Amino acid sequence: MTGDAGTVIRPYGDTSDDGMVQVSFTLPLAHDKRAEGAALLLAKKMGMEPAMVVHAKAIGPEFTFFIVYGSVQHVVNTDEVVVVERGYPLLSSKEVNAAIKKGLRRPMVVVGACIGTDAHTVGIDAILNIKGFAGEKGLEYYSEIVAVNLGAQVSVPDLVAHAIGTGADAVLVSQVVSQRDAHLHNAREMSAAFREAFPDHTRPLLVLGGPRFDETMSAQLGVDRIFGRGTTPGDVASYLVHALVTAAGTSGESR
Amino acid sequence: MSGSRTDPRPMLRLETRMVRKARVLAAKSGAPVVKMAKRHTTISVERAVLRLAGLEGADVDGIPWVNRLVDAVREQTGLEHGVALPVWDALLATGEDLHTLAQKAASGSVTFRIPTGASAVKASEASIASVAKGFARIDANRASRDRSIAKYGNPATPWIYLIVATGDIHEDIPQAQAAARAGADVIAVIRSTGQSLLDYVPEGETREGYAGTYATQANFALMRAALDETSKELGRYVRLTNYASGLCMPEIAVLAGLERLDMMLNDSMYGILFRDINPVRTFIDQRFSRQIHARAGIIINTGEDNYLTTADAVEAAHTVTVSQLLNEYFAKEAGLEDWQLGLGHAFEIDPEVPDSFRLELAHAMLARALFPDAPLKWMPPTKHMTGDIFRGYLLNGFFNLAGALTGQGIVLVGMMTEAVATPWLSDRDLALENVRYVFKAAGKLHQDFHAASDGFIATRARHVLAESVALLERIADDTLLEAIAQGTFGLMKRPADSGRGRDGVFLKAPGYVNPANAFLEKGASR
Repeated sequence: MTGDAGTVIRPYGDTSDDGMVQVSFTLPLAHDKRAEGAALLLAKKMGMEPAMVVHAKAIGPEFTFFIVYGSVQHVVNTDEVVVVERGYPLLSSKEVNAAIKKGLRRPMVVVGACIGTDAHTVGIDAILNIKGFAGEKGLEYYSEIVAVNLGAQVSVPDLVAHAIGTGADAVLVSQVVSQRDAHLHNAREMSAAFREAFPDHTRPLLVLGGPRFDETMSAQLGVDRIFGRGTTPGDVASYLVHALVTAAGTSGESR
Repeated sequence: MSGSRTDPRPMLRLETRMVRKARVLAAKSGAPVVKMAKRHTTISVERAVLRLAGLEGADVDGIPWVNRLVDAVREQTGLEHGVALPVWDALLATGEDLHTLAQKAASGSVTFRIPTGASAVKASEASIASVAKGFARIDANRASRDRSIAKYGNPATPWIYLIVATGDIHEDIPQAQAAARAGADVIAVIRSTGQSLLDYVPEGETREGYAGTYATQANFALMRAALDETSKELGRYVRLTNYASGLCMPEIAVLAGLERLDMMLNDSMYGILFRDINPVRTFIDQRFSRQIHARAGIIINTGEDNYLTTADAVEAAHTVTVSQLLNEYFAKEAGLEDWQLGLGHAFEIDPEVPDSFRLELAHAMLARALFPDAPLKWMPPTKHMTGDIFRGYLLNGFFNLAGALTGQGIVLVGMMTEAVATPWLSDRDLALENVRYVFKAAGKLHQDFHAASDGFIATRARHVLAESVALLERIADDTLLEAIAQGTFGLMKRPADSGRGRDGVFLKAPGYVNPANAFLEKGASR
């Protein structure tokens, strides 16, 4: 450890620096002495020493479940902690609604679609439909968001027309199919069409989503933001509030 | 189901008059929808007819032949007369089989017409003879299930319902078998996200899905065969569940009957509210699928639990009751019997609400009291499950206790890792341990437990019933489609003329023929 170290911490069981943690896991072994030994060995390799198997139970003939207590030898220097910044706060649906109400003073209109020949609406549905994703309700559920899901195989001109017709604040485009880089071509075509159809300061926010996109490519593709695999409706809603309400409001700039 | 249970009706002191009124209003609300459903058909109902007649398989692009053939007929003659007349007319003219006709129709080399007079009679009779084979298989499956149950006996209630959802049918199988060995009475294979919005049923064994496994005929057959093996090994009949919902609801119902599934998720309004499927399409598809389920001896599970994931479980408690009554009306109209009605409800009250458990008991007892002969499907907490798995485990314990105390027929086992990850092997094992402990410790508590008829629980139950009747009065006056359009259920507003699949709805023309009706409508032969 170097001299100018910050706070060095260890887990707290019931005494300072005792390092106590509990873990549970399943091993693909029948429950016997050897399996318990394997659990202890694994705990040791995780830095738990001494460790104690406090519970071992067979789950069928081929698996054993363990609960292990032990003292971890690892320490953490709080100065070494790196936090990945999202760049905007994650808001609850209540907070999103409140922010829109206060900042926009009207519902936020979000239009979503799968463009090109892509028929995979999984992504856009997960974000927009009330059913949602990962336990989070989709944008449809938010009282201050008007979510218009155009579904699959929407042409770019149609999407632009709908964005104009609904007065969209944001357009979400999902692309799952990536054969021959179709997702990249489609994204570029889409952003170009919006640039053409809208004067700079009135263009809706363009958000791209899909499992094959690189989140850092937004500038190259001419969109405002890209979301990758595992994105939840809450992530998107929080971003929309950040980009359309918070940032627009505080900086005084229009997007 | 209710045999050994204490009858909660007297202790809740529900007024017979109110209960009767609720049912009359549900029927009044539902009747116009049934009338509308009878006057229409859908593209999926027509594809289901072809599936009953044995048309399987798909073209090189994976588009099922039933889609290719129905699309070809639709293009040439429309579907207002049904697919049967033009298809069997063409079969009789060419002497070909369905598969060959579908291939030729797909390449555009068949000319369809709507036969009239004697030709129409012949085509109609031939189509009935063809779908009879499908019904014979469905009937044989039902008899086979009955034999298994006669041999092994039914498990004690509540039946323990567990979910598998790997996306790969060959991973699902060992997991399902392990779950059955660990005590599951019912295995549900969750479908891939988004399947409900596909306007075709995927074909073949599938090994890739999003948060679930595609419902296909081949996957159904594989899982049923595997569970038959396990049933034999365990000496009890393990039931298999899937989802008759979404745009292909009627076809999936047929496949379930053909492959001997035992329970199907089949809600009258779920697709409308949560998948934005056109309301008219849903009600037509739903009626046909329920008729098939009735014939196949399948228990349906309705989806009222979902309302409470979007609306507040206390404020919206009566919408669950109203939906149960509507689901009951639609189910019975389609020929289902009480024992086939796994009406849904859920333990979704915010644990921070004072007396939340007493409120849950009130709602669960009300459902039990209103539907004494239906199995009832009791769903675990999801909305208020956080990443705190320890608290979640406790909540699930209370959920199990409420289930035991109120005589629920089918209990979906709650996972403490809900909202964290798809269940691990150990999650399922711990969840079952929770269930076993509660049932062992308190499974007979209902024998001693009597809610005071003037107490909090009974008063709350009566209050929810009164709210339900008030809402049903409004629905009966405004029509059900209007109520759905206004966001009455699950807070979702779904107008009757919008939503997916609307262009697949057809007003029946005079002379419309659906050969399945010979087996499904009232007075049909069995």
